[in-house]
Amino acid sequence: MIAEDVLCPFCGCLCDDIKVEVEEGKIVGVKRACRLGSSKILGHERTTAPMIRVDGELLETTYEEAYDQAAQILKEAKRPLLYGWCSTVCETAKLGILLAEEVGGVVDSTATVCHGPSIIGIEEKGMAGATLGQIKNRADLIVFWGANPAEAHPRHTVRYSSNARGMFTPDGRGGRKVIVVDVRETRTAKNADKFILIKPGTDYEVLSALRMIVQGKGEIVPETVAGVAKSDLEEAAAMMLAAKFGVVLIGLGLTHSRGRYKNVDNALSLVADLNGFTKFVVMAMRGHYNVAGFGQVCAWSTGFPMAVDLSRGAPYFNPGETAACDLLAKREADAMMVVAADPASNFPRATVGGMVEIPVIQIDPFPNPTTLLADVVIPTAVCGIEAEGTAYRMDGLSLRMKKVVDSPYPTDEEAVREILDRVRRLSDDN
Amino acid sequence: MVIILKAIMISGRTLGQGATCEAKMSPEFFKATSTCALAESDYDALGIPKDGNVLVRTRSGEVVVSAKREGGIPPGLIFMPMGPWANAVVGPKTGGCGTPLYKGVEVEVTGTDRRVKGVRELFADLETEGQR
Repeated sequence: MIAEDVLCPFCGCLCDDIKVEVEEGKIVGVKRACRLGSSKILGHERTTAPMIRVDGELLETTYEEAYDQAAQILKEAKRPLLYGWCSTVCETAKLGILLAEEVGGVVDSTATVCHGPSIIGIEEKGMAGATLGQIKNRADLIVFWGANPAEAHPRHTVRYSSNARGMFTPDGRGGRKVIVVDVRETRTAKNADKFILIKPGTDYEVLSALRMIVQGKGEIVPETVAGVAKSDLEEAAAMMLAAKFGVVLIGLGLTHSRGRYKNVDNALSLVADLNGFTKFVVMAMRGHYNVAGFGQVCAWSTGFPMAVDLSRGAPYFNPGETAACDLLAKREADAMMVVAADPASNFPRATVGGMVEIPVIQIDPFPNPTTLLADVVIPTAVCGIEAEGTAYRMDGLSLRMKKVVDSPYPTDEEAVREILDRVRRLSDDN
Repeated sequence: MVIILKAIMISGRTLGQGATCEAKMSPEFFKATSTCALAESDYDALGIPKDGNVLVRTRSGEVVVSAKREGGIPPGLIFMPMGPWANAVVGPKTGGCGTPLYKGVEVEVTGTDRRVKGVRELFADLETEGQR
């Protein structure tokens, strides 16, 4: 059997044209997906049973016991942190936020170690946005700034941006100009008409110089800005001003570098400036397939997109204080639940030290370094392959993830609901 | 004499890292991620043998990873795939916005005969550090 139009549960492109070949309930082939997506869809080693740590060793247990233990940990904690949520569907996120509220905890997503600064920048400046469809069909200039889709979003260029053929862009790559700004010559840079190599941590300066040139104040820009020749910036500015529909696609080069959200603020300001002359839009190249979805669910249920402290009776948002990395680095969190993420790998090592000292609950289909630090491990079905649900593409379009094959494991949604029900019963008992 | 390269480290996604990031306990993830790409001139200046290793050190920590040459990297910059090896040298500060500085980290790089630790070893050490 071939399952058609399957959505890929890897990156924020959320490609919706994947063909999955299924034989006797097992996935045996994938077509159209990139290397990242096909690797995930074809499957990896799984955590096969729920486990609880006893005397330093993870021992198999029943789901009932694992749920009981998880509920007990969260209920007893004074400052529980509920983290992850981006490689799962919105239905899980909704319950996770309810659970965080029930236990008076902090709920945060992988956005805070990814495009969190982009969200803060957007909150500060506002954003001229678009859908990927509009970019595909209309954009004649694509700027990748600190983004390397050739490795992080391999089908982005072909489906939506530089190399895509759309309604008003029938010539594909031939009809578009591409500018890449980065600190190294990436594979994406090799596809550019104009590559601007900048020094690490100088995005803000280079963006500011571009803004000056765009606004006709180029005479006060020095001959080199952060190592970039003024003539290169003038050429890039001329390409931007000549575009009928330009787009700046921002990557983690902006959010993970010195300046962080201020870099993004300045990129959004450049786009706002350019809209005084022509049509320009901007989009964050979101990483996990549903990191945008968690932001949506969290925003409509708490008013904030991530790093929300629900211990005060009203939601409180102050990343730098209430983000997962800060709570762990300051040793403030006294219990942690990780759903569909791997902070042990993806947080700084000194931060991960904060997980060693506290009880950790992991809900995830796959074993990873977070498992090594976990006290309760609850294996689940892989969303988008073994479980359906809603996810948001990087442009904010919501799409329905399909279930392609059956799974012996509960869904993330079911696991979180079981824990939420138990926490509520414990509250009633008290 | 030990030659020390003062460089800027950036970490990020690669195809190999992404294709194995849901299989982090696998040898494939280890191979794809416990590595560091240097400019050819820096690689030569450090006198790293073929398939050699480097020690990357910051104020936050140190880690041994395999070294490789990469043409697109300018001298003075090193690239490490995102993951536990790169994060061993990333500091915990978040600049008031919740996000660590994963790119633009000031590092010192030297050639080393030490071997690269596997993922389980890396986290076993963390437990010991945590109990200190």
